[in-house]
Amino acid sequence: MTNYPAITMFFIFVFATLVITYWAAKRTKSRSHFYAAGGKITSLQNGLAIAGDYMSAASFLGISGLIYLSGYDGLIYSIGFLVGWPIILFLLAERLRNLGDYTFADAASHRLDQTQIRCLAASGSLVTVALYLIAQMVGAGKLIQLLFGLPYELAVVIVGVLMILYVSFGGMLATTWVQIIKAVLLLSGATFMAIAVMWTTGFSFETLFQKAVNAHPKSYAIMQPGGLISDPISAISLGIALMFGTAGLPHILMRFFTVKDAKEARKSVFFATGFIGYFYILTFIIGFGAIMLISTNPEFLNADGGLRGGNNMAAIHLANAVGGNIFLGFISAVAFATILAVVSGLTLAGAAAVSHDLYACALKKGKVNEKDELFVSKISVVTLGCVAIFLGIVFEKQNVAFMVGLAFAVAASTNFPILFLSMYWKKLTSKGALIGGSSGLITATILVILGPAVWVDVFGYDNPIFPYKYPALFSVTTAFILTWLFSIIDKSKYSKEEIAKFDSQFVQSQIGLKIQKR
Amino acid sequence: MGSRLEKKIINSEDFKSLVKRKSFVSWLLLAVTLLTYFSFILLVAFFPEVLGLRISDESIITIGIPIGVSIILLAFASTGIYVFIANREFDQTEKRILKKNK
Repeated sequence: MTNYPAITMFFIFVFATLVITYWAAKRTKSRSHFYAAGGKITSLQNGLAIAGDYMSAASFLGISGLIYLSGYDGLIYSIGFLVGWPIILFLLAERLRNLGDYTFADAASHRLDQTQIRCLAASGSLVTVALYLIAQMVGAGKLIQLLFGLPYELAVVIVGVLMILYVSFGGMLATTWVQIIKAVLLLSGATFMAIAVMWTTGFSFETLFQKAVNAHPKSYAIMQPGGLISDPISAISLGIALMFGTAGLPHILMRFFTVKDAKEARKSVFFATGFIGYFYILTFIIGFGAIMLISTNPEFLNADGGLRGGNNMAAIHLANAVGGNIFLGFISAVAFATILAVVSGLTLAGAAAVSHDLYACALKKGKVNEKDELFVSKISVVTLGCVAIFLGIVFEKQNVAFMVGLAFAVAASTNFPILFLSMYWKKLTSKGALIGGSSGLITATILVILGPAVWVDVFGYDNPIFPYKYPALFSVTTAFILTWLFSIIDKSKYSKEEIAKFDSQFVQSQIGLKIQKR
Repeated sequence: MGSRLEKKIINSEDFKSLVKRKSFVSWLLLAVTLLTYFSFILLVAFFPEVLGLRISDESIITIGIPIGVSIILLAFASTGIYVFIANREFDQTEKRILKKNK
């Protein structure tokens, strides 16, 4: 079936965002505009854009679907995704803004060896971005196929082409506004749904939960933690991956360079945390609303009693149940917009890692004219976009559920440790960071491959070699220990110079002399 | 910018007290956040039935729900507290340091 209201609303969104891209393209002339929107985004705008970057379709549809399936467990995930934000504020946001210009590697390599640390940070960024991007593309293709009745390949190509247009022409300014618009649409849509759900219960949570318990096959069990996280190792490991992974996502860290100074960066986190937290509370109501309103309605169910289109469709069906076809169209268009906003942010971060970290700083040692760097970054955007389209189509029939988890694990075990230690630990040396960071990347990847998510679910073996689904506890520990070990045994002349530069970097990170002088 | 300026700043009393206050506030708030979150996660792992207790005999709502929502609100509140203190206090000290070391 073709969903006309959804397609109409989607076209309006695409038209509006292309107009913005045109407007942004005229203002995006320099490197600073392309990577960081000239540092002219306000903290409220940036807070919304961060929320727009972070609230992916996976967290909207996935978490409400998880709540539909097993109730309370969905809330555990939401909390894990949210508590990364205070961590970013207390540990990173201000120092990051004071030390860097365009990418988190600027800050991480501030007093360390440019070539080594840039290459490491770029590898961490690109692996994270690629995994995240593939997962988003495959999810996008399937979702659009289901919602709009378009063929899978066409859907992936549309997403890829739009994302290339936004990012290559409009840079960070267009990406930011796509994310802001999407955040506002998603928050309004979710607010409407939550209010509609509560309206049917006469605004009584008692009634909402009572009706959900009556409707759900697991009955009262949906009101408490279920079997999703059963052993303490997995619980702690998941917690570490969500918290420190968030603090190591390159597209999220990059957003802090779009504001004027550390003060605006800190306020951005405050706004973002508010929007994201509010959104997760809405998702909880939406998930329980779906149990109450659609799990007993044959219109939304398959013959075997499962949800049509899978559990991730809970929020979409609920939109239909509470707001009819027009609202269904609106939410479908919002889901599409959500994917576009997230992939655009990812592509920009990936392109910056190639053009700024690898090309300009590692290869050309910073001696590069702005025009060339900008050209390389646009080529990178187009290349990344084409690779994402290609991989999105190749991975159509594959199980990609492990990819976002692995992206978070790599971010937590490579990007976060080197960034954190470079700012907080005086004795960190390039050698330590290089060995420790790479070991985190390798450990996380190997453990995910040997673990249940790939070894059993993808390769089809009976038992995993590594028993835990979340490797972060082990890979983050490995990264920190090896970084420490190889830093303290590094007695070279370079390492002494790097340590000596810490004090000056520390003053910079606290006060931001560089920004003040601009 | 010369390294002499940075040396001067790093040895100044204002800077020392700024760093001290800043790290006290951020590590304290960080500790509260981590402690709350990991207590919650360990509760989920070891005693899920505790979160399944009802808030009262007549209610269907379990204590896990207000606890979960409170953690979300606490995370937001802690960022608010930090921003409030930083805007009021740290920024002033910073300005003073910059003024003295022009």
